[in-house]
Amino acid sequence: MIDRKGTCPMTAPQVLDAYYMEHRAKLLDIAAYLDRLDRAQAGEAVADPRTIALREAIGLLIDGQDERVRRVLELLSDPTDEPIAKAGGKGAMGVWPGYMEGVVR
Amino acid sequence: MRYIDPHIHMVSRTTDDYQRMAEAGCVAVTEPAFWAGFDRSSPQGFFDYFRQLTDFEPKRAAAYGIAHYCWLCINPKEAEDPVFAREVIKLIPQFLDRPNVLGIGEIGLNKNSRNELTVLEEQIGLAAEHGQLILVHTPHLEDKRKGTRLTLDALKRNGNIDPGRVLIDHVEEHTVGMVLDEGFWAGMTLYPNSKCTPQRAVDIIEMYGSERLWVNSAGDWGHSDPLAVPKTILEMRRRGHSAATIERITFGNPQAFLGQSPRFAV
Repeated sequence: MIDRKGTCPMTAPQVLDAYYMEHRAKLLDIAAYLDRLDRAQAGEAVADPRTIALREAIGLLIDGQDERVRRVLELLSDPTDEPIAKAGGKGAMGVWPGYMEGVVR
Repeated sequence: MRYIDPHIHMVSRTTDDYQRMAEAGCVAVTEPAFWAGFDRSSPQGFFDYFRQLTDFEPKRAAAYGIAHYCWLCINPKEAEDPVFAREVIKLIPQFLDRPNVLGIGEIGLNKNSRNELTVLEEQIGLAAEHGQLILVHTPHLEDKRKGTRLTLDALKRNGNIDPGRVLIDHVEEHTVGMVLDEGFWAGMTLYPNSKCTPQRAVDIIEMYGSERLWVNSAGDWGHSDPLAVPKTILEMRRRGHSAATIERITFGNPQAFLGQSPRFAV
């Protein structure tokens, strides 16, 4: 892994001053989204690949390793290598539909 | 500061957007052929779209001092039917000598299907046959990593494609490395939601350098921002990047890549 320390021209205090409030708000958005899921009236979201993957991705943010964005994107990606037989639609759901908890990727 | 937005779908934008972009310093745009939000019912629909891209849209841009260039293809979202796609591909050569056509694009994959890959390979062949630059759309979200890998392999498999004449667009942190390492150009698309933000784009520039890299808005009919490039300029200034680095990313690099076409004169 390439050491990318020092590639941002700002000092750490400058990064804090410039971006902390914005990302504090984004963290609260995620917390509110998870609360909203818990408060929803009907249906089940716990087993949905999106929920499973999002909870695992949150773990990557605090595991002490760097390149968090790349690793989150890879966690959410289709890990297979071959073309699919046919496109069933045009859209994407944001996580590989076959995602399962704890799969080493 | 002058800048180029090398990927924006102006047929979906208002004339007010041209004015605001000109006021922000935009001197040129390049517009890849893409999906209209619905599937065209016949190849003739593409014929008229290609006329719009090569005739009407340059005049609309010129009214605001913006040079308009374009790329032609059948896009990956309408490429699941190879028979239909081949009818559209047959229309393209008659437009390739229009003065604002830079090459074939944005070709690529959407859901990474076999048919999409077949149509991609045939359009890579079309570009090779006619000596055209290529602009590639990579899939979004969970399909991007795999689709980017399949696309790079298809380009190399052709055997007649110089990576220095291909721009792989919509790269993110998990794909930019493979694109640059294999000698291709890389584009970062800045969207309010779902794609790269100006902050993340600048992070990528800091981590991967400013060589063979550009930013674009990919503004279209959906939720998008035609002023995303100048917002990236502001973000780079905020962090203390030099004027030379900012100019390279937002003007010099697009000029160098696009200038490989003799038609590009900015």
